[in-house]
Amino acid sequence: MTIDTPETSGGPQVFSEARYAEVERSEEFGRLRKLLRGFVFPVTIAFFVWYALYVVLSAYARDFMGTKIVGNINVGLVFGLLQFVSTFLIAWWYARWASQKFDPLADELRHEMERPEVTP
Amino acid sequence: MNAREITIVLFVVLVIVTLGITVWAGRQTKSAVDFYAGGRSFSGFQNGMAIGGDYMSAASFLGIAGIIALSGYDGFLYSIGFLVAWLVALLLIAELMRNSGKYTMADVLAFRMRQRPVRTAAAVSTITVSIFYLLAQMVGAGALVALLLGIKPGATFLGMDADTAKIATIILVGALMITYVTVGGMKGTTYVQIVKAVLLMSGAAVMTLLVLSAFKFNLSDLLGDAARQSGKGDAFLQPGLRYGVESSDAVKTFYSKMDLLSLGIALVLGTAGLPHILIRFYTVPNARAARKSVLWAIAIIGTFYLMTLALGFGAAALVGGKAITAQDKAGNIAAPLLAQNLGERYLGGETGGAVLLAVIAAVAFATILAVVAGLTLASSSSLAHDFYANVVKRGEASERQEVVVARVSAFGIGAVSIVLAIFAQSLNVAFLVALAFAVAASGNLPAILYSLFWKRFTTTGAVAAIYGGLVSAVVLVFFSPVVSGTPTAMFPNNDWHWFPLSNPGIISIPLGFLCGYIGTMLSRDPGAEEKYAELEVRSLTGAGAH
Repeated sequence: MTIDTPETSGGPQVFSEARYAEVERSEEFGRLRKLLRGFVFPVTIAFFVWYALYVVLSAYARDFMGTKIVGNINVGLVFGLLQFVSTFLIAWWYARWASQKFDPLADELRHEMERPEVTP
Repeated sequence: MNAREITIVLFVVLVIVTLGITVWAGRQTKSAVDFYAGGRSFSGFQNGMAIGGDYMSAASFLGIAGIIALSGYDGFLYSIGFLVAWLVALLLIAELMRNSGKYTMADVLAFRMRQRPVRTAAAVSTITVSIFYLLAQMVGAGALVALLLGIKPGATFLGMDADTAKIATIILVGALMITYVTVGGMKGTTYVQIVKAVLLMSGAAVMTLLVLSAFKFNLSDLLGDAARQSGKGDAFLQPGLRYGVESSDAVKTFYSKMDLLSLGIALVLGTAGLPHILIRFYTVPNARAARKSVLWAIAIIGTFYLMTLALGFGAAALVGGKAITAQDKAGNIAAPLLAQNLGERYLGGETGGAVLLAVIAAVAFATILAVVAGLTLASSSSLAHDFYANVVKRGEASERQEVVVARVSAFGIGAVSIVLAIFAQSLNVAFLVALAFAVAASGNLPAILYSLFWKRFTTTGAVAAIYGGLVSAVVLVFFSPVVSGTPTAMFPNNDWHWFPLSNPGIISIPLGFLCGYIGTMLSRDPGAEEKYAELEVRSLTGAGAH
């Protein structure tokens, strides 16, 4: 029994097109794809709409944005600062989601591909 | 020593330190992966800092602080767009790009397409975006250094009048960026950007603390004083002084508001299509490190833009709009003047003011150097790796040849930029940064997103998206009021404008996406569909990544 050790030095490991196609069709990969798209697409749409709302209100709802809340701090300023807060929160949320949900599954698939093929 | 002498000493120190780093990095740059991607040896944190250094241009440090100082709230819109944009890079692009590409943006675009047409289009777009951006930075650098050294029209410095000093600065900045890139490659450039990020963040933090302490950490008082000093009252704290200006002319008001929306879209979608930012993801060992880089970049850039808020309103409150516009109508001098003011207040009289002014001037200079180096590297990498190696040599060039060509390209692009910047220095080219963002959002972003997520996408679609977005953005700007027909235009004495908006994004971005879609639907590319399996598996799992 011999073990084909994958080429590790001098560049990345090379897989055949057939191997990639096989993995792409697999159920596990389908889950990984669904997992990724199920998170990043809705979150992207959400933060884009939230940002667009801010820009549109800045253009068309001047009185509302100029309403003072405390002292000289008005709605527009708070809204703007909330964009910073939401950006930081989404980044943190994504990082947590990725390391807890996405990475383990992606790693599993990669390790499976990188595992040396055992030939009789 | 006066402010000018201290500034010059600091400039010299900065140049020596960065050149030292470059020579040291150059010794470790042997292979192509060293030159293009810094050996993929940087950590997520280091790369996050370098991304900050690459991204926070003089336009965003001095420019945004200046806009806030003069127009109040509206400057804030800019910084928010520039920050939120990073979520696009984080969620949709950074990791997938890191896994599937090697050295340039085109590696991902051409992954499953016919190499030559897609690489040519990507190289054209990369070089166009980078040169626009580069020109704006270099012309800005000339004006800025003359301003920072206090060379007023009529006065001389080392026998140079203001105009000669501007040209000398452009040549100096150009020569430095060529040296950083040709000698130090990506490693040298990255360290220059890290040094700059540290300097910029420290400088901004010190000034922010001083501003806040001047108002006893009461934000409301700071805003109140800024509004009072601006002479515009509460309007200063509300949107509308600069963008989306309302007037009695209903059509004008409509266009003005459309322009604001257009700017907002281009800012948020442009970042993730800027080639000099995208190639930074290749400098880390894997996708997880690319994710960490963007997380750090968001933390650094977000903190920085929050600080520009304090700097801008601080300059409005403590220096005052009149004193700022007396020296520079565009407001770029606001942050340096604020530094002088704070220095006088807290570090002891005129000397203190001179010291802090000089420090901030040196920080601004470092800022420019780091950004132009990143841009030169991105365009020369694309010229060598995409155009020379894969289009001219059809993938047959050796690594050695590629790196030689990349170094020669950096020299060529640097030289061309110096000449163009000297010719353009009397023109108002500030709009070029916004144009670079618009081209990146209209051409590059659609092509990248379709490539990564749409199996059916074809070579024709990719080429159509890039050229469609690029051409529509450039043509619309050429016929816009920023190029001709207004007093602040690039050519104020001519008028050929018919497009009413300054920012083309609201038209050109959807057009870029549409071109990519139509181009794909009108063609078939079975090879590209087949190879999508490899791209998808590799981009998501990292199996087979470089």
